[in-house]
Order: sequence, then structure tokens, then C-alpha cells
Amino acid sequence: MSSNAISQASIEQQWSLPYKGHVGMLCLIAAESAIFTIFVVAYIFYIGESLSGPTPREVLELPIFATVCLLSSSLTIHAAIGALRKLNNGGFRLWWFITLALGSIFLIETGREWHHLIYDRGLTISTNLFGTTYYSLVGLHAFHVSVGLIGLLVILLLALAGKVQQEHSKNVDTFALYWHFVDVVWIVVFTVVYIIGR
Amino acid sequence: MSSESIALTGVREPSSSFSDILYSWVTTVDHKRLGILYILYAILFLVIAGIEAIIMRIQLIVPHNHFVSPQTFNQMFTMHGTTMIFFVVMPVLFGFGNYLIPLMIGARDMAFPRLNAFSFWLTAFGGFLLYFSFVGGYGLYGIGTAPDVGWFAYAPLTSKTFSLGHSTDFWTLGLLVSGFGSIGTAVNFVATIVCLRCPGMTLNKMPLLAWLNLIMAGMVVFAISPLTAAQVMLSLDRFLGAHFFDTQAGGSAVLWMHFFWIFGHPEVYILVVPAFAFISEIVPVFSRKPIFGYPIMVAATVAIGFISFGVWAHHMFTIGMSSYGNTFFVITTMVIAVPTGIKIFNWLGTMWGGQLQFQTPMLFCVAFLFQFLIAGLTGIMLGAAPFNWQLNNSYFVVAHFHYVIVGGILFAIFGAFYYWFPKMSGRMYNERLGKLHFWLLVIGFHLTFDFMHIPGILGMPRRIYTYEPGRGWEIWNLIVTIGTFLQAVAILIFVVNLLYSVFKGRLAGNDPWDAWTLEWSTSSPPPEYNFARIPTVLSKRPLWDIKHPEDPDWDYE
Repeated sequence: MSSNAISQASIEQQWSLPYKGHVGMLCLIAAESAIFTIFVVAYIFYIGESLSGPTPREVLELPIFATVCLLSSSLTIHAAIGALRKLNNGGFRLWWFITLALGSIFLIETGREWHHLIYDRGLTISTNLFGTTYYSLVGLHAFHVSVGLIGLLVILLLALAGKVQQEHSKNVDTFALYWHFVDVVWIVVFTVVYIIGR
Repeated sequence: MSSESIALTGVREPSSSFSDILYSWVTTVDHKRLGILYILYAILFLVIAGIEAIIMRIQLIVPHNHFVSPQTFNQMFTMHGTTMIFFVVMPVLFGFGNYLIPLMIGARDMAFPRLNAFSFWLTAFGGFLLYFSFVGGYGLYGIGTAPDVGWFAYAPLTSKTFSLGHSTDFWTLGLLVSGFGSIGTAVNFVATIVCLRCPGMTLNKMPLLAWLNLIMAGMVVFAISPLTAAQVMLSLDRFLGAHFFDTQAGGSAVLWMHFFWIFGHPEVYILVVPAFAFISEIVPVFSRKPIFGYPIMVAATVAIGFISFGVWAHHMFTIGMSSYGNTFFVITTMVIAVPTGIKIFNWLGTMWGGQLQFQTPMLFCVAFLFQFLIAGLTGIMLGAAPFNWQLNNSYFVVAHFHYVIVGGILFAIFGAFYYWFPKMSGRMYNERLGKLHFWLLVIGFHLTFDFMHIPGILGMPRRIYTYEPGRGWEIWNLIVTIGTFLQAVAILIFVVNLLYSVFKGRLAGNDPWDAWTLEWSTSSPPPEYNFARIPTVLSKRPLWDIKHPEDPDWDYE
């Protein structure tokens, strides 16, 4: 039995498993990916199937500025966490604020695009199949951006109150996974809606 | 653990006042209590959906019956199907998973206890939302109408034109809400099993129940989400005038079918994989042998998990797919039978040469093996496209999937009930009532569902509220209805046994079955923290090692 006891002790020492926040967030991202997949499939399935106008080519313009803002926010959130790991709390707050600002600009740009489409072009969700699939897919993404912005804001407020320290970098990192996911989904949505669908 | 640290964790003196007990159950985040809540919730809905089934069978007992109106009949089969899948079988499986996984992997709770409670209450709220349609289906006039579009709710039945009022919206929102609950639970299962295993429990030493629930949770993540997406689209159609499934505006009714069944077929495996998990835990204990072919069992389940996402259109052979589409889905359907067959042989291999003990849990498992085999065989018949063209939407299909869900899954669940009841309640169930329950259910089940195949072959379509005499269907419908009543009596005996044994059963002790997994090393019922000291395991059967230090399993693994 003594060899048993020794091996037990060595097992307990070497035992390490993945961080549950990361695993949970990756599962959530997998589920979200499946939801987006269904919406993307519906979008592709209905390209060119609308019985009436307007068509994507008539009304859609490439949202280059918004895309650059959103994608670069992935870099800034990465920089923010890097700063937090190096105990640079000021740098963390600055980079985090820039991330929040870039995300907000993206959402405002989406809002402006929708305003233009609805009021100038007369395209709503019930106009035709293009409107149906466009507003639901881009809207689903914008909803995820909005949730992300709320999260970014909450963490920024906590950081300003001095509640986010180096030991929280894992938790903040878990949230950043979500934000990266929102950015990656935008690449897919952008390709499908503005390049393939147009 | 000192008394001071116990006081710091906020454990209160047990109180007997009703409001205190209610408060502690409603606010609980303990995985064991949530597991029991899931199970009780499922039993409540089992009784409700069972009553709906009996109403349908009374209506069909003789031709030209006027027991219920055609409208009510449509509502009954819709509510029966939806309730049984989403608010009986899913919750009861999540309940057992919740209760057992942390105990089996040597953890003190799930990875995210509050998410766990949130998921349960979402599921519960989804069920109540669905049933609220009985009073709120036309708005708040108090005149209700339950959903009547069938459990797979094909378009265009669900469009505003054909489904007035809000009954379909209650169906959509109820499933949407409970779907979020399911995804939350699945995330929790995966995180718990991946991150909280006790020292020494590598993936290949994990109990099969944990393995199979891990695979099930992975399937939930990828299968429930398409349903969620499709429900969102349906809501957009109904509330905002979108055109996803509106054929008048170029939309496609077939797209709904694809979206529904890309959820719907993996869902069947989501339900049956935890049932496999119960069988894989119970059969070895009552055969007094370790499970036969552990790695093959895991591999076969992983294979089922993957292939199940490629078979969905075998529900749609009659819509007129291309011959390539038909061929593809016939082949995948045949292929998925292979790993399923491997599992059956593994359970038989476990029983082969063992000292079989036919107590109630084992009886249910043996019945499962026979019945699930037949269910699989009729599944292969229906998976062949030409045969399917003949019998799709007939009572043969109804008999087939009830064979899977009742004869397979429900029997496994009852086996699990009896097997883990001593652990959950601390008391033994009444063996004589348990055996009576088993035999009545077996006889009732076979009367109902064996004979239900025949009117299907004779051409009786499903979902008809009555039928003409003289087609040769009368005698079969009569037998089927009689069987339903026997099953209802069996379930009643089960509930009586449950209630009686919780209060009056003899004390069970920690390990009434002389079993080998970690949950039996705790007291019955286990303390709130599960393990005073987190165990370290060296083999697949840690309790065997403790009971037999002279011949431990880890010498052979």
C-alpha cells in the first residue's frame, strides 16, 4: 500500500486541468457559431430569390470604415490584456477604452446604414427576402456587438473603480474570447453579405 | 473541517417551516437539488403529457368517435409531442446528469452553479409558457387555444394566415426559452467534465456516464442552436412580417424542414446517449463484471455524435429530394446503425458470463436491450427511401419512434430511477412494487406499440382524429388503447412507490448495490459539499480498489 500512497501523492501534485471559464466560453462560442451558421445558410439560400426590389447591388455599400474599426478592436483588447498581465493598469484602462470606442463606432455605423436603407431606400425586413435575411443576419451580429459593448462598459467601470487587477486577467481574457468571436463572425457576415451577396 | 469554516460558508440550521424549505429549494444552486428539481418537474409533465396521450387513444378506440373535437385532437398531439421531448425527457436526463456527474467525477459542484440554476428556471419557465397558451392563446381574454401545428410545426401551417391568435407564438417562445436553458446546461456539463475531474481521473478512467454526457452536451451545443435560430426566424415571420418561410414572397417551406430536422435528428441521439449512459453504468454492476470494451463504447458514441448530424433528411424522403440526396441520407442512416449495434454487443458482452442479478434496475435494462434493438431495426426499415415512401407519415412511423423513446429511452430512465433512488433519497424503493411496475409497463408497452405498427402498414395515417370502419384498423386501435391504460396504471404504481419509499422505505446505506463509482462512496443522500476530502482515483473503478486492496484494478489497466 505504500507505493499506492506515493503514486497518489504524485498524481495530486501533477494534476492540472483547463480553466473552466475558457472552456465554458468556447462552448458558448460553438453554440453561437451554430446559430450564425443557420442564418448564413438562410442568407445564401435566398440570394437572388427576392420577388421584388431593391436588390443588394442597388442599395448596399461596403462598410470599410466600420469593418476596420471592429477588426482593430480585436488588437486593442489584446493589448489591454497584455498591459494588465504586466501590471500596467493605466495601459489596460486606456486600451480597454479604445476597444469600447471602436466597437461603439461600428455599432453607430451599422445604425446609420440601417437608417439610410429604411428611410432613403425603403428597405425593411418585410420588403422582400433580401430585407428579411439582411436585417436578421446583420441584426443578429449587431445584437452580439451590443452585448459585447455592455460587457466592455461594465469591465471598464470596474477597472475605473480599481476592481480589475492582474489576478483577474483570466476572467478578462475569457470575455476577450467572446469579443474576438464577434469580430471573426463579422468577417463571415461581411464576406457573405457585401461580397458574395452583392 | 472546523466548525468555524462551516459557519463561514453560510450553512443554516435545517428548518422545518414550509416557507423556509420552499425558499431553500427555489434559491438553491446545489447541483443535487437542481437535479432533483429537474426530475420532479419532468415527472409532473410526464403525467400531463400522458393524460394527453390517453385522450388521443380514447378518441381513436372506435371509428367515428366523438370524445374530443378535431381541433382538440390536433392540440393534443402537438402538446403531447412537444411536452414529452422538451419538458419530460430532456429535463429528466439533465436532472440525472446534474445530480450524478459531479459525484461521479469527484467534484463538489458543477463548474457554474448559478448558471445551472438559471438554466433550470429557464427550462421550467419555457414549459409554463407553453402551457399558458391554454388560457392566453388569444391574448388575455382567458379563452385559450393550445398550439395545434404538430411538434415539428411545418410551414406554412405556422404562418399568420393559418395559425390565428398566439398559440404558435407560445410554442415558439416556450421552445426558444427552454432551448437557452438547454444550451446553458450543456456548457455547464462540458466545463464540469473537462475542468473539475478529481486527481487521477484521466479521460480514459472516467465513468462512461460522464463520457456519454460529455458527448451529449457537445451535441446539444450544436443541435439546439439551429432550432433556436429557426425559432427566431419563425418569430420574425410572425411578428415583423419577414418572409423566411413565406412561400408567397419567395420563401421556402422546405427550408424550415431542413432547419427543424438538422436539430430534430441529433435530438434523438441527445436523448438516447444519456440512456446509453445509464445502461452502461447499471448493467456492469448487476452482472458483477466491468464494462466490456470501454474504449470501443466511447469511440462508438463519438461516432454516433458525428454521424447524427448527417442523417436529418431521412425525415424528408417524401418531399422530393434529388436521387443523390436520397442516396446520401439512406447511406448515412445505415452507417449510424453500426456504432449503435456495437454498443448493444458491448452490453451483451458485459452480461456474458456474469453473475446476473435481476433486480428492478437490471430488468429495465434488459428490456431496453431487446426493445431498443427492435426500434433500431424498424429505424433501418424506415431509413430505406423506397420503404419510407410507402410508410412515411403512417402509424408505422409513430410506432417506430415510440419504440425508441418509450421502449428504449424511458425504460433506461426508469432503470436509472430505481438504481439511483437509494442514493438520492437515502431509502430503498419497494422491490415488489418495482417489479410490478416493470411487468405491467412491459405488457402495456408491447400491447400498445407492437400492435401500432400494423394499422400503419395497413395504411392508417398519423394525426387523424377519427377513421372509417371496415378498413381493418378497428381491432388494432382497440388493442393499442388497452395497452395505453396498462401503461398508465404502471406509471401510477411507480409514483406510489416513489412517494411511499421516500417516507417509509428502509434505509439504504451508502452503497446498496456494491457498486464501483464514486457517488456510492458518499453518504445517502450525499452532503451538500459531496466529498469532505476530494478523492484521488487510480483506475476506472475506484470503489473496487478500496474494497479489494489486495487485487486492485490499476494492476490491470
